[in-house]
Amino acid sequence: MNVDNYLYLAVILFVIGAIGVMLRRNALVAFMSVELMLNAANLVMVAFSQQYGNLHGQVGTFFVMVVAAAEVVVGLAIIVTIYRTRRSTSVDDANLLKL
Amino acid sequence: MPMIPLETVAPVAATGLFSFAWLMIALPATGALLLLLVGKPLERIGHLIGSATVLGSFGVALVLFVQQLGLPAEARAISLPLYQWFTAGNWSINIGLLVDQMSILFALLITGVGGLIHIYSIGYMAHDERRRRFFGYLNLFVAAMLILVLADNYLVLFVGWEGVGLASYLLIGFWQHKPSAAAAAKKAFVMNRVGDLGMTMAIFAMLAMFGSSAFVDVNQHAEHLDPLWATIIGCLLLLGACGKSAQVPLQAWLLDAMEGPTPVSALIHAATMVTAGVYLVVRSHAIFAMSETASLAVVIVGTVTLLVGAWIGTSKDDIKKVLAGSTMSQIGYMMLAAGIGPDGYAFAIFHLLTHGAFKANMFLGAGSVMHGMNDDVNMRHYGNLARYLPITFITFGLGYLAIIGVPPLSGYFSKDHIIEAAFHASPVIGSLALIGAGVTAFYMTRLMLMTFLGAKRWPKSVHPHESPRVMTIPLMILAGLSVVAGLAMNGWIQEWLEPAIGSHPHEVEWLPTPVGMLTMLVVALGVAASWFVFGRSDIPATAPVSRNPIIIAGRNDLFGDAVNQALVVGPVGHLARGVVLADDKAIDGAVGTLVATLGGLSKQGRRTQTGFVRSYALTMVAGAAVVGLLLLLGQMA
Repeated sequence: MNVDNYLYLAVILFVIGAIGVMLRRNALVAFMSVELMLNAANLVMVAFSQQYGNLHGQVGTFFVMVVAAAEVVVGLAIIVTIYRTRRSTSVDDANLLKL
Repeated sequence: MPMIPLETVAPVAATGLFSFAWLMIALPATGALLLLLVGKPLERIGHLIGSATVLGSFGVALVLFVQQLGLPAEARAISLPLYQWFTAGNWSINIGLLVDQMSILFALLITGVGGLIHIYSIGYMAHDERRRRFFGYLNLFVAAMLILVLADNYLVLFVGWEGVGLASYLLIGFWQHKPSAAAAAKKAFVMNRVGDLGMTMAIFAMLAMFGSSAFVDVNQHAEHLDPLWATIIGCLLLLGACGKSAQVPLQAWLLDAMEGPTPVSALIHAATMVTAGVYLVVRSHAIFAMSETASLAVVIVGTVTLLVGAWIGTSKDDIKKVLAGSTMSQIGYMMLAAGIGPDGYAFAIFHLLTHGAFKANMFLGAGSVMHGMNDDVNMRHYGNLARYLPITFITFGLGYLAIIGVPPLSGYFSKDHIIEAAFHASPVIGSLALIGAGVTAFYMTRLMLMTFLGAKRWPKSVHPHESPRVMTIPLMILAGLSVVAGLAMNGWIQEWLEPAIGSHPHEVEWLPTPVGMLTMLVVALGVAASWFVFGRSDIPATAPVSRNPIIIAGRNDLFGDAVNQALVVGPVGHLARGVVLADDKAIDGAVGTLVATLGGLSKQGRRTQTGFVRSYALTMVAGAAVVGLLLLLGQMA
């Protein structure tokens, strides 16, 4: 099976995600973009798993999904808290951590 | 002078009462600890504790002395090892006491005269609110001085040596609210450090040469010492002795040390501490026996100092400074005797003991005069005090007769022996010592005339009065000692000391010898000259301006401070300022530049931390891209 197309799709998804993180101000959207990048990486791993006929890539994918789920729990909690205190989810407004 | 290695008797181990010799040190040390650490609760009885410990110590010394008298001569030196201090390589340093014929005499002097001075201080310091602390320091001094004279090796001696230096510093600066007293204390401390340098180097050299600093080992191995090393060690010891005993060239601190309370001057700067240098030289007789050069250096230092001290004594108006100059001069005599060698050792110690009695007597007498004169020390404001302070006058007068050497008072015997020994060693030295005796008579007579006789010159506001009993009784006892000490010790002190210091006793003349006659003649001339100058006419209340270079030099302590300033303080000050400048400009400059550069760089670097999450994301992506690119390039290469 030819995995080229899966890889192209993965690259496109990753680049969309990366551009989303860099350009969008809304924290939720930036968060979704990060998820998109993670899933692009998952796709690559699954594709190669298929190509080589073993399960290493799929196992790795599960790890990524678990970590992503944990990250969502923490990340969303932070975003909700920031929204409550600052009435905004714009990442540009949360710029206090600088000298 | 033939250089014969001296035979000294090895000490025997302590038994019986001698096992308690450490009590002599422990008592005043405990007193010092109690008075200085417990503090306030003892405020009202501090002076009693302080005096009692020293008198207790005197009791112990007296018992041991009586015991020693009962022993045969070769069994009188007792060693009492206490414990091992430390070991390093082949060296093993033990703390131990050596109670021999010489150290017991010192212990008696220190605790006896010290005890009397403690009692005197009860009255003298009665109105000082820091009296408890004063007695604490005095106890500390007595303990340290006893360590110094009872130690059985040079390192432990050095502990006492530094201890008395500390106590001296604390007591000279006791009235620290006076800037002059604080400065005098510092001066004494710093000048003593110069001597201590010699002392430590001598100990290092001994450890290197003999592998031990114990007196027993040093005495035993000194015969085989290389003459060059004997000279080096001897001169280093002499430097140490000069610092502690205020001998030329380290004499300048003693006159300023008179800023301390008068009992301190009597105890530390007349009777005991300043004589430690003489003790050191005599104790190190085995070294000096091996080096003619070092012995000669001791003789020269002693002779120069006895003349310098007497010279200063003639031209001071401050009663304590006259006595300080006199102390220097008398210690010069002792040094001279110690430098002569085996013929003089016993006389050095003899004069040291009699001097301890009569000089302490006169210092305390001066304190009694000051007590009655509202602490005025200027003799030009005294006059005719004999009528108002009769006890002080009589006791001081006996001290005066003792120091100028009127037979049969104590100074006559001890000083006469030294002058004779000096003539025996060299006519030049002998003549100088003889001149010194004449000058001594001159300035002491001047002191007596200006203080106790003549017309009264004090202002109406002053009401001279005799001191209380607690002060006059020690004066009477010391005066009694000044009278009888010479007669009492003359007959036996040489034989008594012989096993400890290796001197060879020779026949003591009871009737004046030709030299003795000559000495008395010179002394009489000195007294007459002094009366001629100061006794016939009234003494002006302010010192007359003088163009006489001898007087000007005397009033300025022979320019000792100026010499120190020019030779040491000035150059070292310039050096220090140069070093500070180099430190400020070169080292601080280099460090400062480095700091400024790094600070500037980090200020620029800080700008990248904008606080915008998206710019951080951009950095991360760019970084990942760069890493990916590098990996790719690596693959292709």
